[in-house]
Amino acid sequence: MRYLGLTDEDRSAMLAAIGAGSIDELYRDVPESARLDGLVDLPLHQGEIEVERALTALAAKNRPAGGGACFLGGGAYRHHVPASVDYIIQRGEFLTSYTPYQPEISQGTLQYLYEFQTQVAMISGMEIASASHYDGATACAEAVLMARRLTRRRRAVLSGGLHPHYRGTTETYLQFLDSSVTPLPPDIDGAEDLSGAIDAETACVVVQNPDVFGRVRDLSPLAEACHAAGALMVVVVTEPVSLGLLRSPGEMGADIVAAEGQGLGNSLGYGGPYLGLLATRQKFLRQIPGRLAGEAHDADGQRGWVLTLSAREQHIRREKATSNICTNSGLCALAFTAHLALLGEDGFRKLAELNHAKACIVADRLAAIEGVTLKTECFFNEFTVSLDRPAAAVVDALVDGNLFAGIPVARLFPDDDALAKHLIVAVTELVTDDDIEALCRGVAGLLTATER
Amino acid sequence: MTQGITGNRGLQMEEPLIFELGADGRCGVDLPDVPACRERLGDLRRDCPIGLPGLSEPQVVRHFTRLSQKNYAIDAGIYPLGSCTMKHNPRLNEKLARLPGFAGLHPLQPITTVQGALALMDVLAHWLKTLTGMPAIALPPAAGAHGELCGTMTIRAALTARGDPRKVVLVPDSAHGTNPATAAMCGYEVEDIPSNPSGRVDLAALKARLGSDVAAFMLTNPSTCGLFEDEIIEQAAAIHEAGAFFYCDGANFNALAGRVRPGDLGIDCMHLNLHKTFSTPHGGGGPGSGPVVLSDSLAPFAPLPWLVHGADGFDLKETAEGDSGRSIGRLKSFHGQFGMFVRALSYMMSHGADGLRQASEDAVLAANYVLENLKDVLSLPYEGRCMHEVLFDDGYLEDTGVTTLDISKAMIDEGLHPMTMYFPLVVHGAMLIEPTESETKESLDQLVLVLRGLAEQAKAGDAARMKHAPVRAPRRRFDETAAARHPVLRWTPDEGPAGSGA
Repeated sequence: MRYLGLTDEDRSAMLAAIGAGSIDELYRDVPESARLDGLVDLPLHQGEIEVERALTALAAKNRPAGGGACFLGGGAYRHHVPASVDYIIQRGEFLTSYTPYQPEISQGTLQYLYEFQTQVAMISGMEIASASHYDGATACAEAVLMARRLTRRRRAVLSGGLHPHYRGTTETYLQFLDSSVTPLPPDIDGAEDLSGAIDAETACVVVQNPDVFGRVRDLSPLAEACHAAGALMVVVVTEPVSLGLLRSPGEMGADIVAAEGQGLGNSLGYGGPYLGLLATRQKFLRQIPGRLAGEAHDADGQRGWVLTLSAREQHIRREKATSNICTNSGLCALAFTAHLALLGEDGFRKLAELNHAKACIVADRLAAIEGVTLKTECFFNEFTVSLDRPAAAVVDALVDGNLFAGIPVARLFPDDDALAKHLIVAVTELVTDDDIEALCRGVAGLLTATER
Repeated sequence: MTQGITGNRGLQMEEPLIFELGADGRCGVDLPDVPACRERLGDLRRDCPIGLPGLSEPQVVRHFTRLSQKNYAIDAGIYPLGSCTMKHNPRLNEKLARLPGFAGLHPLQPITTVQGALALMDVLAHWLKTLTGMPAIALPPAAGAHGELCGTMTIRAALTARGDPRKVVLVPDSAHGTNPATAAMCGYEVEDIPSNPSGRVDLAALKARLGSDVAAFMLTNPSTCGLFEDEIIEQAAAIHEAGAFFYCDGANFNALAGRVRPGDLGIDCMHLNLHKTFSTPHGGGGPGSGPVVLSDSLAPFAPLPWLVHGADGFDLKETAEGDSGRSIGRLKSFHGQFGMFVRALSYMMSHGADGLRQASEDAVLAANYVLENLKDVLSLPYEGRCMHEVLFDDGYLEDTGVTTLDISKAMIDEGLHPMTMYFPLVVHGAMLIEPTESETKESLDQLVLVLRGLAEQAKAGDAARMKHAPVRAPRRRFDETAAARHPVLRWTPDEGPAGSGA
């Protein structure tokens, strides 16, 4: 068996060395009733050939999003990842290393985490950032818990433009704590009054920008309203590329930014592993959950990095920790860091411009089709249209034409019949002119088809 | 130490931050031209620069290559971190996870286009349920601690549904910090149950404390001391009699896979660490994956989405209604760490029932071999054999002036990653060694040789030299106190790092 280090000869020698007659002696503390004498009912070992064959067969039953025209967003975005990134993250010293608890031999990991933290702070317009969380949704939940600790208040107000998975995760995290969550109804028209929902009990308002329908707006007035009431503004960003072109959450007065980093460096991967980003103000440092890489100097006075401020974390503070989080999303953070390093200031801006321009072109083309109404006036690379019939049926009909036309709002908001005709369309730099033709032809064809 | 001209030492190179390497106008990607369009950003176009550095592709590749050369890794050598299970990370896993039919799937694609992915999740679920002997499983949790949160929440939901949420969760005093932290996140108070002189949970103490206010007992088995909880069935009986639930922390499942099914021991739920037992790579600290196996009584409360199988194939139940009406809700976006599912299944299929059993046996044998060869020169807090990891304390260092930390740093100079230090907290100066089944006997012999040698040096009065270790690593010991007192968590443009923290 190719992954095992011992031979039968080794096993015999080792058993003899420890004075055990058989391996069963080493399991003698296991209650007899629980000892398995034989093998569990699963297939026997297989070589690479068979395993590859079996899993390749399963992969072949799926249609990759890039196999045809893809206009899917909704919190996960199909971007081009430069070829170098995947080679960098597959270096064994990155792939197979552990949490950098011994900094002297983990400077590689610690330095890229420090670079990652800096990049996240820069693009979000905040002062400091953590070394990553599981995904944007859990980062959002952690941000709300953090806001509660900071304000000592129990209420969270959630915008109706917040991605439902983020709302759901936040509600789940808070359900057994003394708290109240006020989720506003889905804000498809961009008309919600978040400021009006703030009261003296409000720890934070959670608002997404661009929101789940793609809408972008100036959050400065909301920030002022929050701060006037002693509450914090948590800004969620699910498309990190948007930060290449939009005014940053920090500039608009955010206190905490919780974001999804998948769009940079990381593949769609059917939903995971993804990358949670969390950034905040310097003064909130002691309450930030998760790992932090900090600058340090060694006995020779040389600069390096260490995990720091561990007194916040579970292995030190236990039940009083800021969070139970242990594992982060290190390798995904490295991919993000490498991708953004390749893009740099100019590339990041240009990538964002490309996304926005293409999205504008698609929006204009779709809006020109009879039966399609553009709902989102200001957006980055994702917008919502309403059709003259349920969007899910339109999307399903177009799947066979090798076209993923968008996400029916009903998929994200299944309880809201009024939203059934709405479709969320995302456009990235990977969308081609042919894709746009196919989308417009496909949608137009279905909308003008006579009802039977 | 002579610095030379560059500060480089052969292949060990000093490497600045990307922010210190960048130059205006440099870019590592070539993007197509931006087409003309009618812009729709409102008034929200960014007007000030971000300040990201511009680097060419060769610069970026060289930068991260140099960084990687400063990292120890499983690929480089034994990584005997107790509780972490640093086994080999097979590259077949990486190849298969990257198949476009897996890596290229959008999580919200129409369900008809991802039947192979859902089938894979179903197969993985079957393997994990079979290995653990449990009837149900929740796949979404993203890591072990997230799995603990999942399991503890289902327990609280189940008790609440009974009208009796209760108030307290019990944990052994040797518990990993995530256990009490998790219980607190579920609104529970936490109390410790002491260990007995054999290093297991004191059954009498547990029984005495169980009562109508106790929601659950969270146990790691084998324990964080590397010992099998031989009274676990009695523990389970007592817990259930008191109306509580039995949570098992599955971090140490590498001792048991294929040999023991936790379901046969009376547990109600257990998280698995795919990045420990099932070889998915640690990646410098993550990502992980922490699915949770559940009993029939906890299954109705499993987090969304549920993987379901109907007449038309597989589907994801994303709302809490009908059968899933009592779900605790979502724990994260989308449906779990799918990339890690592919890797873990590739690993399990490669090993098979026979290989998984052999791997567990080898892991246990390796740890006992290390124990046997070091027990005369180090100090064992608990008599007898261990499971897949062996715990030593620092009793052998008494009067030497040398600490567990010093020994660890001296190991670094010998080219070995140290074992887990100062955990669990129940012994003084803990050294928790988990070799795993990946190591050859020669590799184990070398580990023994190094620890034996260092222990002897310490006892011979070589404290001063050890206190200066490491001297051959890319960095010497850091002043971590100063780093925490004045935290510098990012680079800033002016003269470099920002000022002191809050």
